Amino acid sequence: MRALPETILSVDGLNVTFATPDGPVYAVQDLNFKVETGETLGIVGESGSGKSQTVLALLGLLAANGAAAGRALFGGKDLLALPESHLRTIRGAQIAMIFQDPMTSLNPYLTIGKQMSTVLRLHQGMDRRAAWHQCEALLDAVQITAARRRLGMYPHELSGGMRQRVMIATALLCKPALLIADEPTTALDVTVQAQILDLMHELRSEFSTSIILITHDLGVVAGSCDRVLVMHEGIKEESGSTADVFYRSTNDYTRTLLDAVPRLDGEHADPIREALTDDVEPVLSAKGVSVEFSVPGDRLFVAPKVLRAVDDIHIEVRPGETVGIVGESGCGKSTLARAILRLVDSCGGTTCLLNRDLSTLDKEELRSTRRDMQMIFQDPLASLNPRMTIGRIIAEPLDTFFPQLDTEDRSRRVADMLTRVGLDPSCVNRYPHEFSGGQCQRIGIARALISQPRLLICDEVVSALDVTVQAQIIQLLIDLQQKLDLAIVFIAHDLAVVRRISHRVIVMYLGKAVEIAATDRLFLRPRHPYTRALIAAAPVPDPEVECGRQHVTVRGEVSSPLENLAGCGFRSRCLDAVAECEKCPPVMELHDGTWVACHQPQLRII
Amino acid sequence: MQQPMGRSLWYDAWAVLRRNRAAITALIILAAFSIAVIVGPWFSSYSIDATDWDNISIAPTISGGHWFGTDALGRDLLVRTLQGGRISLLVGIVATLVSLVIGITYGAVSGYLGGRVDQVMMRIVDILYALPFMFLVILLMVFFGRNILLIFVAIGAINWLDMARIVRGQTLSLKNQEFIEAARAGGVTTAHIIRRHIVPNLLGVVAVYVTLTIPQVILVESFLSFLGLGVQEPMTSWGALVNEGAQEMENAPWMLIFPAIFLTITLFCFNFLGDGLRDALDPRDRGASL
Repeated sequence: MRALPETILSVDGLNVTFATPDGPVYAVQDLNFKVETGETLGIVGESGSGKSQTVLALLGLLAANGAAAGRALFGGKDLLALPESHLRTIRGAQIAMIFQDPMTSLNPYLTIGKQMSTVLRLHQGMDRRAAWHQCEALLDAVQITAARRRLGMYPHELSGGMRQRVMIATALLCKPALLIADEPTTALDVTVQAQILDLMHELRSEFSTSIILITHDLGVVAGSCDRVLVMHEGIKEESGSTADVFYRSTNDYTRTLLDAVPRLDGEHADPIREALTDDVEPVLSAKGVSVEFSVPGDRLFVAPKVLRAVDDIHIEVRPGETVGIVGESGCGKSTLARAILRLVDSCGGTTCLLNRDLSTLDKEELRSTRRDMQMIFQDPLASLNPRMTIGRIIAEPLDTFFPQLDTEDRSRRVADMLTRVGLDPSCVNRYPHEFSGGQCQRIGIARALISQPRLLICDEVVSALDVTVQAQIIQLLIDLQQKLDLAIVFIAHDLAVVRRISHRVIVMYLGKAVEIAATDRLFLRPRHPYTRALIAAAPVPDPEVECGRQHVTVRGEVSSPLENLAGCGFRSRCLDAVAECEKCPPVMELHDGTWVACHQPQLRII
Repeated sequence: MQQPMGRSLWYDAWAVLRRNRAAITALIILAAFSIAVIVGPWFSSYSIDATDWDNISIAPTISGGHWFGTDALGRDLLVRTLQGGRISLLVGIVATLVSLVIGITYGAVSGYLGGRVDQVMMRIVDILYALPFMFLVILLMVFFGRNILLIFVAIGAINWLDMARIVRGQTLSLKNQEFIEAARAGGVTTAHIIRRHIVPNLLGVVAVYVTLTIPQVILVESFLSFLGLGVQEPMTSWGALVNEGAQEMENAPWMLIFPAIFLTITLFCFNFLGDGLRDALDPRDRGASL
């Protein structure tokens, strides 16, 4: 029998206030929660909900203008009342924290071993050798191979997933009673995220720590938390067991949040868009697009290496159709978008827009063709010039392509466009920083559509947005597409989002298309092992589904595109790899119209 | 279109600057100095080159009419100090403007175009940097004679190099921002991108650099005048006055003290204003109010 659960942290009436020139900002208001031994508490909320500030307040790490009030009992002591010197002995030793970005939380000038052993020498007074041994043991525990050698490496020599493993190992060095993980997997690729979440789950029982997992991703919560706390604008909306919150919540906000998450699985999945007939002339038709970059050699007088970022991609988009491009970071999907728009030069293939070959156009012709192809970007705020008013930003394509318009005509069109994307036309004289992320993205859409383009390229347009805003922007894009008969290329790493908006999907890996299929067929019957891995790794906001699923179906991480493996690029991670995979995989069209580049796709039909 | 209702960067910066007492005091003093040196000489009953034979090298007197005293040639020091201020401030502002225009254009073009163009443009800057400044000035003097315009040219020609480097650095980090790519994807021409998207975003850094350059230029002019390469008698500048004053320091200390006070206060004010502007234009300092 397990001992009765014991409360290790109990927070009572926590308030976090920031003093700003515009008056006090109440980041967290009257928050109560408990964490019990050996459990994982998930704190979920959208940006600005105060979830990170809560834990920073507990650790005494608030910004200088922040103040925390209330009570937080940890091991019989009130964390909020402790003096800084005392708090320091608890931080790192009894409460450890993992941050979002493993690169910025590791010191680039120190080796992994030095950084890890410092913690032990500081908190436990170990000598160098003992500390080193302990570190090695922990790197083994977080499944890092060749741990002894890694201790002598610098952070930049490790991959993103590996760094996050190091962070976890560092956090666990002193066997803390409580581990706080603030968005530990947000910066990682989905297949790596699955591995890290799996690891954290295993370590929890091995080290008998409690975990507070802060995340915006309901799928992550569903798979790894015992209890959930939902926060919204600094206030606790709801808390309860994971199953209660997911299945029996009566809270309006929780329901909105759950409904907004696009789903991949079974009967809960959102409707898939009907495939279009392919007898219409395509707007965009690109054949064999390839992009190469030359990377300087690491020594003097060594010839630069060639990096093939995009390798022989075919893509056709018809009016009113959305083609989704999915893949993990570094697979070349954004480069492909830029190559289509000729923002980077491609080294092969032809790109035809409305039957005009873009590669034959001169500079001036190309510029005028840009009227028909526009792009929306990932970071809504960064893609708007901070020194220009919204009106001028949206009118800029008009200045470029319709210089004959008079002022009145122009502002009428801008106002018109603003209404279309769901913004108030009276905001033309305001500046981008006065708008929220979702509104900025609407402004980006307005700018892209005002020149009445035929092709719209969306590069990760919703990945920086909160989930409820994501759903709105996607719906807006779908509506506008139907009204304007737009052809859309939609690039994303999030499968569920791609599934929601696309008619057809291209899955990319290391610059190559590994599978091209209609959306329904891709998700129902993924053929390529990489597609299957992606689908398996994507967390689903449903605790029961999550518990019964195998998430990790690939090993390791994306190999460097510079290594230029012969044969199938995926074979180092593929669990079904055979000797044949060392040869270049054949690209074959299956009877249902799916294209797949694999030696044995038939075997992998689920 | 109507005036923007939203807060612009400059509006915000002004609000922050207004709360900075040192910077505002500096601004007021500078304004007062500028007005004084421009209109002051017109109201004086003395001229800069007229000798008052009865009062040669006298100490400052209120009743005698020479508030700052006179120099060894019996010239009124007050009017000479004001006249010197005209030259010093003029050199400071004109040379800075010259370096501003050339520097921003050169730096923004070089940084934005990048690649081989950038390489060539920046190597030219390096070569100009390598020329010894004094040698250049002496050479100019030898060829063209002493001329106040030459000083502007010489100082401007050196100072824009710094500006170009700073602007290029900023442009390099700006040009990878998404809004620049958005403009490129939107078909905006290169000239427009530089003018509309790059330059406005450089202004924060540039504004700060300008307030730091003006005192630097005034000092360089003082240095040249001190060496006797600057303005020519009977015209004068603060630097030239300090030079003369230093020679007479023991028997007529006021000749050194008054111009030195003006020069120092002006430099202090520009430095305070620069500090204030740097703080006011740094968005992190008012991030919470956005």
